[in-house]
Amino acid sequence: MGVALEVHNVTKIYGSGESAVVAVNNVSFSVAEGEFVALVGPSGSGKTTLLAMLAGLLYPTSGSIYIGGHDLGKMDDAQRTAFRRQRIGFTFQANNLMPYLTARENVELMMRLNGGCKSECSRMAVELLIRLGLGQRLNNLPRQLSGGEQQRVAIARALIHNPAVVLADEPTASLDTERAYQVVEIFADMIHGHRRAGIMVTHDLRMCIYVDRVIQMQDGRIARILSNRDEIDAFASAKRQRGEEAVTLAEATSVPRMTSDGRFPQ
Amino acid sequence: MGAYLAFKETWRNRGRFLLVSLLVALLTALVLFIAGLTEGLGRGNIEYLSNLDADLIAYQADAQLLIAASRLARGTLQDIERVPGVKIAGPIEFSRVSIILPGTTPQGQPRKPLDVSLIQVEPGRPGEPPVRFGRQLQNRRGKEAIIDSLVARRAGLTVGDEFTIRSLQGTREEFYTLRVVGITTSQQYSIQPSIIVPLLTGDQIKPKPAVEDRPSGDISANIIAIKLDMPADPNEARAFRELMKRRLESQVKKIQVVDIRTAYENTPGYSAQQGTLDTQRYFALVIGVLVLGGFFQIQALQKVAQIGVLKAIGTPNRTIVAASLVQITSVTALGVFIGGVVTLGLAVALPVGVPIAFSPQTTLIALASLLLIGPLGGLLSIRYSVGVEPLTALGLSQ
Ligand SMILES: Nc1ncnc2c1ncn2[C@@H]1O[C@H](COP(=O)(O)OP(=O)(O)O)[C@@H](O)[C@H]1O
Ligand SMILES: [Mg+2]
Repeated sequence: MGVALEVHNVTKIYGSGESAVVAVNNVSFSVAEGEFVALVGPSGSGKTTLLAMLAGLLYPTSGSIYIGGHDLGKMDDAQRTAFRRQRIGFTFQANNLMPYLTARENVELMMRLNGGCKSECSRMAVELLIRLGLGQRLNNLPRQLSGGEQQRVAIARALIHNPAVVLADEPTASLDTERAYQVVEIFADMIHGHRRAGIMVTHDLRMCIYVDRVIQMQDGRIARILSNRDEIDAFASAKRQRGEEAVTLAEATSVPRMTSDGRFPQ
Repeated sequence: MGAYLAFKETWRNRGRFLLVSLLVALLTALVLFIAGLTEGLGRGNIEYLSNLDADLIAYQADAQLLIAASRLARGTLQDIERVPGVKIAGPIEFSRVSIILPGTTPQGQPRKPLDVSLIQVEPGRPGEPPVRFGRQLQNRRGKEAIIDSLVARRAGLTVGDEFTIRSLQGTREEFYTLRVVGITTSQQYSIQPSIIVPLLTGDQIKPKPAVEDRPSGDISANIIAIKLDMPADPNEARAFRELMKRRLESQVKKIQVVDIRTAYENTPGYSAQQGTLDTQRYFALVIGVLVLGGFFQIQALQKVAQIGVLKAIGTPNRTIVAASLVQITSVTALGVFIGGVVTLGLAVALPVGVPIAFSPQTTLIALASLLLIGPLGGLLSIRYSVGVEPLTALGLSQ
């Protein structure tokens, strides 16, 4: 499997001097085509900052990011904008959809931004929405859809233009548990089935049962990486048994922490 | 792409945007009516002077271009005509009289007399307007008159009819009968329609103060309209007019000579009135810019999250700007269209006496300035939208 995304020694520092905040601290990892990765960690651990850098919305203070072999750091603003619309699929926590476009138009929007939406693209949008269980909702406006339906439309929009990388920021934040499982399962299918790289930021560790790897962040660093199926499932279900609270510092530090050179202690 | 977004957003919120369009329509009506009033009142004031078939107008030197204060003795006419370059000149005298309207109102009351400007001219000389129907004045002492079409309509007169004029002679009201020989158009003066009579006839019937302020028999006029032997070339013509102004003022005693435009711009109240109306129109336009600006700015504020997402998924700024511009322009244009149609429809139905007139030129200028208020008002909101960071889609800021 080819590498879709590479992150090399990326650091992001907000502000400077006294008030400087190291939001992401010397992070390196890569994601293969067809791989679905969860980015977890407590609030303030740098997940969103990292995601924003992967999308070319934020410049790393140091380090570099490659998507499909392209160095994001070598692009100007216009190139990044074009790159996002062509090579990246995006879903957000909230306000994903244009309120004045129907479900179908919201999905087509991505293709229109990339040059137009003829009958072929329209058909693709409809097919995708049908596969996501929205066949009856094609011509509904977002306000007529439930939160889960809206997230599924956003997923369709993030996939329709065949992007190399799909980024999802807390896609289940506004959903009840049942819907959350549904949405992430669909997401995982779409990523595995089309050899795309998927990165999902989530608070809800239970969602990790659908991913291939869990990257756990802590204070801007990668605290641990789980890539074994059993480990991941145990990680996800342990949280389930103990209730719904997110991972805490204590839990994160109960496993070996990565040292500053990116290795785990032997 | 921008147009697509603009169209979808506007259509799916058509109630709200229609409201904005209707507001623009109301402003359009307001601005057009003010423009119409400016034009109408302006015409009512200066129509006769601005349509005068003359190149220059002579006033009494120290009258400060006030027609009512200007008196030129009979000899002045000959003096002017003797100056080389003058083709022909004509004395003009202005006053006000009333026309008695026969019949009664539907309530059985006698009809209110029609106030008109009485303009005295020498038949065949500058000052006598061309007739549309009937004939020009012929007799220097004839009991005949050319009437403005507005007088014809309001008094119900036509060529050949006789009518009665009421005029104050000292302390007594006197009545005179004249015959309509011709009908002319667009000859209002001092916001009243005019009747044009021979100078000598008019001297009999124009109102006189109780104590005569000048020896009777000495015929005089307020102003003298002068036609020159003008060169055909427009540049030469302008220079020649300037030359003749100076030549006339130096060769004829105690006169001030100006061109037609200067003459009507100095009509009492004209400039002040036009200025006031213009100010009102500008205010209406500024209000439009502010109201639309406010509306679209509030809209932009509400859309920050949405715009953030649009940008995060790769919408270039130019698409966002185009969408805003198309939306603002079309909402404004629809309003201007509705307002324009309604106003012009109402204008057709206006009663005769209302001093509102629409000239193609002023109407087009008003419509163009109204079309501009949208984009102008929207500038702020567009600038704001351009400034929205795509990071806001992730709840981050830089
Ligand atoms: N614009 C900013 N200026 C300064 N500090 C920021 C800014 N944005 C985020 N941070 C800080 O960076 C750290 C990581 O934030 P974030 O990436 O939002 O974490 P997460 O998504 O894991 O909750 C936090 O300590 C946060 O307070
Ligand atoms: Mg976050």
